[in-house]
Amino acid sequence: MLKNLCQKMFGRSLWVYHANSGGCNGCDIEVLNALTPYYDAERFGIKLVGSPRHADVMLCQGPAMRSTAQALKRAYEAMPAPKLVFAIGSCACGGGVWFDSYTVIGPVEKVIPVNYYIPGCPPRPEGIIYGAAVALGIVDKKIAPLEFKELELPIPRYHPDQLHGKSELVVYQKAEKL
Amino acid sequence: MLCLKAGRVTLPYPAQPAPAPEQFRGRPIFDASKCIGCAGCANNCPAREILVFDVCQEIRILKYLGRRCTYCGRCAEVCPEKAITMSHDFETATSHDSDLGQRLELFMSTCQRCGRCFKPASVLEELKMKGYRFDDLQNERWIFRAQARLEGDPVVDDIAIELD
Repeated sequence: MLKNLCQKMFGRSLWVYHANSGGCNGCDIEVLNALTPYYDAERFGIKLVGSPRHADVMLCQGPAMRSTAQALKRAYEAMPAPKLVFAIGSCACGGGVWFDSYTVIGPVEKVIPVNYYIPGCPPRPEGIIYGAAVALGIVDKKIAPLEFKELELPIPRYHPDQLHGKSELVVYQKAEKL
Repeated sequence: MLCLKAGRVTLPYPAQPAPAPEQFRGRPIFDASKCIGCAGCANNCPAREILVFDVCQEIRILKYLGRRCTYCGRCAEVCPEKAITMSHDFETATSHDSDLGQRLELFMSTCQRCGRCFKPASVLEELKMKGYRFDDLQNERWIFRAQARLEGDPVVDDIAIELD
């Protein structure tokens, strides 16, 4: 549903606003790198604007910090209504390496709702362009959660009441074979 | 004339795939068949992103959340069994953060002497372990306590084993 909505509302050029709320500038440089002629995101209509009132998409870098959380929230509220938020980098996605520091609140989704996550420290410019393409519905996302489960227990379960023991040797009465 | 000479610099990235360079570290991939559950990766992770916890005596769960992972590769470096490999995967953008996670359930067996968990031995290794049989084959019984010793079994003399 979100994908259909995105294709309808953001079918034309995406204007992005670039908000850093306390990152280390690594992700900023990669975002600006994606806009240079080498990667040239402007051929897809992605354009950097200076004000959140002109923007469709907010690119968040850096964790939500105590000093900048209020400004980040105000910038989000200033954007016009159909809006997307991208969390770029591991700081914005999950809080970063200093997630438990007293100045860091945590990921940006603790302050504003986040639609798309682009992890990486920093993500490659190709990864950022790929994230924009996923948001526009051009390509499908490639990753899924991995889970590995042990289906059978090799050791049979036993109840401690059925353990009968003397001082040295303790045996289980209901013997089960493997 | 200089402009014509320069040519085109823009990469045709979304039309053609752009593979990452050889030294690039992407998402770590956990191999459950090699993992012994030693939790060395969890102790060395600077973002504290790998969690290891035991739900019961037999099962240990290794959880990788992947959100604040900085792809530093310390887990892959410290892994004694080389169960973690840093892939070249960088196209990890997603709309749900649960897509980034990995979760392994590892079966751990219990040491008959100290009661702590360890990775169960393979079939070939079990054949070698002669002095540490845990079942009484003659009477078809299971023996479950650490200090249990069968009569007639040789006691290891060269290691001082503390019995509680």
